[in-house]
Amino acid sequence: MRKILSKILSASAALAAGLVIAGAATGGAGAAEKLKVGFIYIGPVGDFGWTYQHDQGRKAVEAALGDKVETTYVESVPEGPDAERVIEQLARAGNKLIFTTSFGYMEPTLKVAKRYPKVMFEHATGYKRAANVSTYNSKFHEGRYILGQIAAKTSKTGTIGYIASFPIPEVISGINSLMLGAQSVNPDIKVKIVWVNSWFDPAKEADAAKALIDQGADIISQHTDSPAAMQAAEARGVKAFGQASDMKNFGPNAQLTSIVDNWAPYYVERVKAALDGTWKSTDTWSGMKDGEVVMAPYTNMPDDVKKMAEETEAKIKSGALNPFKGPIYKQDGTLVVKEGEVLPDKDILSMNWYVKGITDKVPGQ
Amino acid sequence: MPFRLERQETVSGLALLAAPLLALIFTLIVGAVMFVALGQDPIRAFSVYFIEPLSDPWTLQELVVKAGPLLLIGIGLSFCYRANRWNIGAEGQYVAGAVLGSWLALATHGTEAGPWVLPAMLVLGALGGALWGLIPAVLRVKFGASEILTSLMLVYVAQLGLDYLVRGPWRDPQGFNFPQSVTFDPVATMPLLFEEGRLHAGVLVGLVAVALAAFVLGRTLVGFSIELGGSAPRAAAFAGFDERRVTYGVFALSGALAGLAGIIEVAGPIGNLQPSISPGYGFTAIIAAMLGRLHPVGVLIASLVLALTYIGGEAAQITLRMPFDVTRVFQGTLLISILAADVLVRYRIRRLKGAAHA
Repeated sequence: MRKILSKILSASAALAAGLVIAGAATGGAGAAEKLKVGFIYIGPVGDFGWTYQHDQGRKAVEAALGDKVETTYVESVPEGPDAERVIEQLARAGNKLIFTTSFGYMEPTLKVAKRYPKVMFEHATGYKRAANVSTYNSKFHEGRYILGQIAAKTSKTGTIGYIASFPIPEVISGINSLMLGAQSVNPDIKVKIVWVNSWFDPAKEADAAKALIDQGADIISQHTDSPAAMQAAEARGVKAFGQASDMKNFGPNAQLTSIVDNWAPYYVERVKAALDGTWKSTDTWSGMKDGEVVMAPYTNMPDDVKKMAEETEAKIKSGALNPFKGPIYKQDGTLVVKEGEVLPDKDILSMNWYVKGITDKVPGQ
Repeated sequence: MPFRLERQETVSGLALLAAPLLALIFTLIVGAVMFVALGQDPIRAFSVYFIEPLSDPWTLQELVVKAGPLLLIGIGLSFCYRANRWNIGAEGQYVAGAVLGSWLALATHGTEAGPWVLPAMLVLGALGGALWGLIPAVLRVKFGASEILTSLMLVYVAQLGLDYLVRGPWRDPQGFNFPQSVTFDPVATMPLLFEEGRLHAGVLVGLVAVALAAFVLGRTLVGFSIELGGSAPRAAAFAGFDERRVTYGVFALSGALAGLAGIIEVAGPIGNLQPSISPGYGFTAIIAAMLGRLHPVGVLIASLVLALTYIGGEAAQITLRMPFDVTRVFQGTLLISILAADVLVRYRIRRLKGAAHA
C-alpha cells in the first residue's frame, strides 16, 4: 500500500513540476549567510494586542541586527494541525530559528522540532521543552499586583470588575495577584469576575464590561486582548486597565495604565545567541526587572496613587516585593504560603485556586 | 433596470466543464492586477500559490491531510443538500464524533488494550456524529422545527460540551491545569502511511467514502429517493417514498461522516483532545459540497482546491511576505468566481421589459 501511494505521489509531483516551467524557478534567492528567523502568530498583527506585541519584537530584531537576519511571519494560524503544517513550512523555507507565539502551538512545535533537529524553536507560554525547543513567558502577574493597588485606591464602590478569558493558571494567578495587591490597600475590596471564554471577542468583552459596571464595578480590568472593555469604560465614565498594548487611545479618560508585553529584549537576545552559536534550550520566565512586563504611563489618577504605583513598581523590579509572598490563604482559609516565604514558580504556573477574599469559584474545580 | 435569473432548459456538458476553468482564468486576472498593485511579480506569485505546493511530495501530503476532513464532511452534506435538507451543523457533528470516539481512547489510556481500539473509536466517532445529526432531524419531523437553525445551534452546544470535558473531567492530570487531554496511546492513533510526512490512514477512509457515495447516489434506489425527495417532494410522496425516512437517513449519514472526520482528525494529526479541534471544517465543507456540485467526485476535487488555497496562501505569506488578508482576498475571489460561473452557466440573465417603475 505504502509503495503504491508513494509512487502515485511522486509521479504526480513530477507531473506537476514538469507541467509548468515556472515551478522550479523559485526558492532561496542565494543571499549571503543571513540567519532566517520565522514567527507564527495566532491573530492578525493589527495595531494592538498579543500578536501586535510579538510583531513589535520581531521588528526590534530586524532593527537591532539589520542585515544579519531575515525575518518572516505567518499570521492568523489556528492552533492544531494547521499550526504544525505552517511551522514545518517555515522550517522547510530555511528558517533556522522559529518563534511559535501561542500556547496551543506547543504540541505542533514539539512534533516539528523532532523532525528538524538542526532548527531552533522558541515556544511562548508552554511547559514542554526539547533539546531544540526553548520556552519563554513573562510574569504578567507582577503588573497585576500594581493594578490591584491602584484599583483599590481609586475605586469608590469597592468593587473591581475582571474580564477573564480561560481558567488556566496564567489567568487564575493574574486574578489572585490583582486581589492580593488590592487587599494590601483595602482588605475589604471585592472583585467580580466574568469569563468570556475567548482571548479576543470584542462584542463579548464589551458586554462583560457593561454587566460588571451595572453590578457596581467602577474599575474594569481585563485578561483579554481587545480594547472593547476600555471603550465601554470610557463611554460609561469609569476607569479601566488596558492589556498587552497601551490602550490610551481607546480610553483617554478611562485608562489608568496598561500592562504592556515587551518581547523585544528576549527576541534580540535569543537571535543573537543563535547567530553566535551559543543558543541552548532554556526556560525563561522574565518579568518587570527584565523590561518584559512594562507599565504604560500612570494617568487619570491622583498624584498619591501614582506615587504608590511607582514605588511598588520599583520594589518589584528590585526584588523587594513579590506578589506571592506569604502569608497567603486559600478561599477556605487554609494557609498555602507561610509568613516570610514566597510561592514557588511551579505552583504559580499550575495555580487552580483563588486566594481568600474572592467570593467566586474557579470554573471546573 | 430590473433583471431576472432564468433557469436554462438545457445546459451543455461542455459549458459545465468550462465554467470552473473560466472562473480560474478570471481569478488569475484579478489576482494578477492585485499582485502587480502590491508590487509583486504575478507569475512568481501564482507559482508560489498553485505550482510549488503541487510539485513537492511533502506539500502534496499536507494538501491531502488538509482536504481529508473537508472531503468526508462534504460528501455527507451533499446527501443532505440533494434531499433539500439543510444541515448547517456538521461542525457540531464533527465535534460530537470526536468526543465519543476519544472517550474510548481515554478510557483505554495506559492499559494493555489491543489494536481493536482504533477501529472501535472510528465506529464510536461515526455513531456520535450520527446521533448528534439526528437531533435536528427529529425536531424537524416531530415538531416542524427548521433544521437550519437547530443544527447550527447544536454546533455551539457540542463545542461547549467539548470545552467542559477538556477543562474538567478529561483534563490531563499532568498538564499543569491546561485544558487538554493526555496524548493518545499508539493503539488509539491513526497509523501514518509513510515514514516522512503526516499522511495517515484516515485519508483512505475518505476515498472509500467517495466510491461508496458515488455508487449509492448514482446507482441505487436509495440515491434516487433522496434526489427525488429533494427536487420533487410531491412526486416522491406519490411514488411511495417516505419523506421522514429520507430526513432521518440523510442526517444520520452526514452526521456519521462528520463524526468520522472528527475522530480521524483527533486520532490523527492532533493526537489528543483540545478545546478547539477544528478550524471550521464543518462550515468550510459546505463550500466544498457546493463547489463540488453535490457530487462525490466533485467534492473530492473541491476539497483539494480549497486545501490548495490555504496551503498556497501560507506559502505566499512565507516566501513573498504577502499579508494574510491578501491571501484570503485571493481565496475569496476564486470561490466567488467559481460559484458565479456556475450560476451563469445554469441560468441566464433576462432583462424584464415593461416592468420598470421608475
